[in-house]
Order: sequence, then structure tokens, then C-alpha cells
Amino acid sequence: MHMPTPDARIMALKAALAARLRAVLPADAVIDDLAETRAYECDGLSAYKCPPMLAVLPATTAEVSDVLRICHEMNVPVVPRGSGTSLAGGAMPTADSVVLGVARLNAVLETDYADRIIRVQSGRTNLSVTGAVAEDGFFYAPDPSSQLACAIAGNVAMNSGGAHCLKYGVTTNNLLGVTLVLMDGTVVELGGGHLDAGELDLLGVICGSEGQLGVVTEATLRILAKPEGARPVLIGFDSNAVAGACVSDIIKAGVLPVAIEFMDRPCIVACEAFAKAGYPDCEALLIVEVEGSDAEIDHQLGLISAIAQRHDPVEVREARDADEAARIWLGRKSAFGAMGQINDYMCLDGTIPVTELPRVLDRIGALSQEYGLDVANVFHAGDGNMHPLILYDANTPGQLELCEALGAAILKLCVEVGGCLTGEHGVGIEKRDLMAVQFDPADLTAQMAVKDVFDPKWLLNAAKVFPLDASATHRAA
Amino acid sequence: MTLQTEDDVADFVRAAKGPVAVRGGGTRAQGGVDETLPVAGLSGITLYEPGALTLVAKAGTPMTEIETALAAERQQLAFEPMDHRALLGTAGVPTIGGVVATNASGPRRIQVGACRDHLLGVRFVDGSGTVVKNGGRVMKNVTGYDLVKLLAGSYGTLGVLTEVSLKVLPLPERVATLTTVVPDAAAAVRILSDALGSPYDVTGAAAAQDGDGFRVHVRVEGFDDSVGYRAAQLRDLLHLDDGADPWADLRDVTALGDCPFVVRVSVRPSQAAALLSRMDGMDRVQLDWSGGLIWLGGAEAALLAQAQAICADIGGHATGIKGDFGPLPRFQPQPAPLAAISAGLRAKFDPRGILNPGVMG
Repeated sequence: MHMPTPDARIMALKAALAARLRAVLPADAVIDDLAETRAYECDGLSAYKCPPMLAVLPATTAEVSDVLRICHEMNVPVVPRGSGTSLAGGAMPTADSVVLGVARLNAVLETDYADRIIRVQSGRTNLSVTGAVAEDGFFYAPDPSSQLACAIAGNVAMNSGGAHCLKYGVTTNNLLGVTLVLMDGTVVELGGGHLDAGELDLLGVICGSEGQLGVVTEATLRILAKPEGARPVLIGFDSNAVAGACVSDIIKAGVLPVAIEFMDRPCIVACEAFAKAGYPDCEALLIVEVEGSDAEIDHQLGLISAIAQRHDPVEVREARDADEAARIWLGRKSAFGAMGQINDYMCLDGTIPVTELPRVLDRIGALSQEYGLDVANVFHAGDGNMHPLILYDANTPGQLELCEALGAAILKLCVEVGGCLTGEHGVGIEKRDLMAVQFDPADLTAQMAVKDVFDPKWLLNAAKVFPLDASATHRAA
Repeated sequence: MTLQTEDDVADFVRAAKGPVAVRGGGTRAQGGVDETLPVAGLSGITLYEPGALTLVAKAGTPMTEIETALAAERQQLAFEPMDHRALLGTAGVPTIGGVVATNASGPRRIQVGACRDHLLGVRFVDGSGTVVKNGGRVMKNVTGYDLVKLLAGSYGTLGVLTEVSLKVLPLPERVATLTTVVPDAAAAVRILSDALGSPYDVTGAAAAQDGDGFRVHVRVEGFDDSVGYRAAQLRDLLHLDDGADPWADLRDVTALGDCPFVVRVSVRPSQAAALLSRMDGMDRVQLDWSGGLIWLGGAEAALLAQAQAICADIGGHATGIKGDFGPLPRFQPQPAPLAAISAGLRAKFDPRGILNPGVMG
């Protein structure tokens, strides 16, 4: 992983910058002690670390604006940070940067059930948004696995998904407005309580821009009435190909489950050893969840089971109550923990057309053999969002590099079959240098043109998303 | 000159000496620019995978061709794009490129999202004649910036769409509509909001003028038994009756077809009644999206400036859809920093300012 050489001229400004920031922020909101800045040295992609020059924790939009204005005037790079759960290095600092953490911006500003919206400050965690409206029968739909910890700011920056987006969409489909602070300190409002843009859809391009266009301090989110109930069915198969065909048939039949999760044998074995969820001994396992009243759920699960029976399943287990439902989900939800028990792992999230599932799983199996590293697959099958987990030993020299090489080969495969490098984790630094696999130079130039407009000095999170050679002239401008 | 390929479009744009009006099926006439850039020759479905819920088509493909192909597999474009012909009194053939360029979305938008939410990928030719792609044909994709959303609803001012990739969804087995008449817009919005606040998965929440009051329409769709169950629940909960299917007319806003001026307003649903009480000079009103989408029809161009002034105050935006609004901006004026960003983006994507100049921004 290559990052630009930190600018010594910027680092020489540290004391002057800290003094200017302390003039506009409370004393405990400016962190310049090396021991304390280490808390911000990495995110969920912990293989790469670099403490920032400074970290700041503003508590209001006005404070965020002051910080950005000062950094803009002094040409200091800024790395926005939500809760630091990015798996792609989206919040990884450089040594000459200021980390701007939004953790103190965590209030609920407005809840309106008639308009079905909630407005929150962006440091609030994903799960606590639902927590604020759950008692009244509403929820916020996007549910990334890290939802207990991850912040709405990061969800907006990365356009986060989750297990239930087959029905409800990802962040961008549930985001109605933001308060955005531009790099020069200008505060703008995009969208609000109404639907759709009245001019160019700037909100649409902010969402998923990985903190490179501005800092989101508030967000208006769509909340939905909670369905009457939800229950899963677990279906085991003796081959990945048959499980893949079953997924396609369920979708074609007109059932729209809220989630279709897929686990392959290495993942099933690991989860079973870890969580003892009672999964069948089989090659591939689907968990399909549907929603509605009891009768509606029974009807949909009946349709799904009938489709599954045509594919000669090893087992079909419909959850009859909440206990059984929880047991079915237990193994899936502990998949990442189970993998962590076995070894270090890298989690990829390339997306493929659903119809390519069996072929891609076969090719991943072959690549795993070729590189000599085990790969377990657990993913959102309904929308083709793969999650191959590559197991490696970080303490064995060369294994991280081997793991990254295998990861790159798998992602190239995803692009080759008509998919993409990342379905929900983002590019960050992790997939930055693979962008040319998916995009032509003109495609990248068009994207970078957007950053040129929002952040002409390229100070915000600049060494991410675009290959460094592609962005070099923009960053130097 | 007939343009049939993306390369043809790129050559045409590179050779253009001045402004061009991008033209798909010609259902929404545009004035002001003499030279047209016809996209209708780029036509045909290039990929349709029902099992993956995805369809890719060239921008000039007629909507009827897409709808026919989808219906054969019992699928649909769930965002229910409107056909502008009845409202605007135009002829022509609606194309998928025009739908995407205007982000046209109908009643079901309230539940499944707009055109932009179903758009998975685009290919376009920018104002320099460069071919650019963004997104792809998979459901979840956060690889790089989302220019797909930026192009949806950009009215051809950032680039000429050549191919679009869309998410499709199953056609429902059964549709049920529930209805009642209420005295005013506030009462209509209250019922519609209660319907959407229920767990019964409402896919349409609109109201049309009926005498001095409004007729409210609530739609549920899905499997036969499930629709029966949910319709019964809503009927009891909100005191509604079974009604006929009004959704095609509501989608196409046919009730305002004889109004010389039509304005489309997007506000928070709870602001709909307040906005209407402050408007004067409107002859017709239709509410959709539980009051979040308001169609205003009238005899005077002043309708637009009035709606935009109210939106500047209460939030939301108003757009002139039909009629010659003269020097007024057709789109809601933006605050200066946002106007500068929009202008900056147009300058990057279309440095010569030749694509649909004057249509937007």
C-alpha cells in the first residue's frame, strides 16, 4: 500500500494550526498529543496504520465549518471520520492530516411520523436511529453488520448497505437530505423532508463519495412502518450451483424476500463450530427471510419452500416462532466472529450478477487452491453482493501480501463477469489501485471532475478512491 | 442524419459548432435551440435477465418495447414512469432515455423509490464528445462516485445518455384500491399519511379533486391473499371503500391536460395543505406521494413564481412542466453556493455549454 509522502511544510504548521483550532473549539476537542492521536491511526482495515497530525472533535455544524475553513486557509488535508468501522480504509489518516471526528454530533433533531422522516446529527450510530423510533413502530432500513457502532456520517459517505437491502435499498435510497460543510467552510443544505432533487441530484453524488466532497453534519432519513412480523426459512443444498439456481428461481417467482443470505461449506463449518446453531451438514445454505402478517409469512415461506423442493434440498427448515428464527440467524450473524476465531481474515465485497453465482464460486474455489489460502463465502445472494473471507496469518511474513493478491484476483473476476469491485464497503485505500480494472481513464476523469468542483484543492480524504497516478495532477493543482 | 451508435453520438457532439437539443421520442417539446441531436436511432434492449432483475437498453428504446418485454416475464419498471403526452398534449414515442433524463417517477415512487433509485448504470457522451460509463448492472455498487444519480434528472445537460441499466421488479398478482371523499387537502393528507404509517405496505397514496373536496386513493399490491388481507385492514383502519383503478390517470396527470400552465411541486407531505392555502390562481390540483408531490394547473404563468416563492419559504421545490414561463427559471432557484456547484459541474461535463442550454440551470 502506497500513500503520498507527508508534506513536511504542512507538518511544520502543527503548533500554529493547533492554536488556531483551539481558538474556535473547546480545549478537549483538539487532540495533538501523539499517544492520543494513535486512537485515530486506523479504522476497520487495521493492517494499515498512521497517526494523524491532529484530531478534532467538533460538536456543532458551526464548529465543523470553523475547522474546515481554517484547514482550507492553511492548506491542511482533512480526513473525516464517523465511528472508524470502515473495512476499506476510508478513515485512515495521513501523517500530515487532521482527522475530523463527528462522534460528538449525536443528537436526534426531529422525528415526524406523519412525514415518515427523522433528522439526526451525523455522528449518531445507525442502530440508535432505529432505537429512537422503534417504540412507535418505525425503523430505519439500512442495516450494515456494524450497525451497533457505525455512524450515519460513515453510512452516507460509503453508501452503506446491509442484509435487508434487497427489499429496502441501501443508504442512498433512504437518505432525503443532508447538511454538508464544504472544504472552505461553506454550509449548504441538500434535500430535506421532500422527495427528489429540484435541480441536479447533488445529494445522490454526495452519498457514496467517501468523505471526499464535504463533511455531512446532519441527515434527514426515511423511516418506515415496521412490518407486522418477519421469519426466515433455512434451506440446505448439496452444491453451490443448485443453491444459486434456487436463488434465481425465488426471484423470478415474484417473491421479494427482505433478505437472501448464502453460506458455503467452509463458512457453515466455521459458524457451526463457533455458534452451534444446528445447521445441516451440506455444501451450501440459504437463509431467506420474508415479512408480513403470520398468514402472509406462511404463504410466502410456502412458495419459497415449494421452489426449494424442486431443487432437491438436503433440508428445508421453516421458522415457526421467534426462537427458531433467532437460531437460524445465529450462525449467519456470528460468521465474521467465527472466522476471526480461526485466523486473520480479509473480507471482500465485490458484487456480481446473481446468475453468475455458481460459476464465480467455482472460480473462487480454484483461486483459493492456487494461492494456498482458504476462502469462506457468506453473502447477500439476492443482490449478488459477495463477501469472500480470505483466511491468512498476519504473523507469517508474506501472507498479507499473498492474501491481497488473491483478493485482487477475486475482485477482477467479479468485474470480468459483469459486476463491480465493491458493493457496500467502498473503495478507500483498499481497492483504490484496482479502479482501473473496472473503469477507463475517461470514467475516472469524469468522477474526479466532481471532486474538482466540490474541493478544488483536493484537501478532503484525497489519497483515496482514485489510483494515485490518476489523481496526481488533480491533487497537485 | 441518423445516429445509430454511441460512436455516432460522440462524433456528432465533437463536430457540433453550437447548441444542440437532445431529442429522444419527442414527447416533451423543447424550444430555443434549432439543431437537434436525435437519440431515437440508438434503440433496443441489449440485456434482460429476469432472474437477476436487471434490464439494459439503449437510450432511444421506446417504453412500449421495454414494457412488453418485461410483461412477458411478469415484471415491470416499479417506479411507474409517467407518460407526458396526455398532460402536454404532445405526440411522439416515450423512450427510456427520456424517462431517465427527467427522473420520471409515478405513484409507486412513495414505496419503491424514484427512477434514480432503480437506475443501476449509465453510459453517456459528455459535452466534449467523450464516452463515459458509471455504475453497472448489479444491484449493489459503491465503486467510485455515483454519477448515475447525477445523470438521472439532469435533463441532458451533463451528457447525452446512450445506454441505461435498470433494476426491474415482479408484477403484482393483484392490485386493490381503496377510496373515500374528504372535504379538503389537509384531511386527504392525514388519511394518506396514516395509510403509509401502517404496516400494510401501501404502494400508492394520492388524491384527486372531487367537487369541492378531494377523492383519496390508497393502493396495495402483491399476492392475492395478502392484498385481500391488507386491503381489509386498511378499509377498517381508515374507513375507506373499495374503488376502481385510477392509477394510470393519476400517473399521467391527465386531469390537468386542459390547463395551459402546469407546475410540479415537491414538499414535505405535511406542508401540502399550507402550500395550497397560500396559492391563488390555480384551477386544478392533484396530490400524490401522500401530499409530497403536488400538481398545480392554471391559466397564468405566474403560478410558477408563486409556488417557487412559497417553496423558498417552507422548503421543497417547484418546476414548470407545461406552458411558456418566459424569463422565469423553470427550476427552483438554488442558494448561491449550490447554484455555483451545479454550474461548476455543467462546466466540467459540458465545457462549451452546448447540451440543452437553457433547459436547466
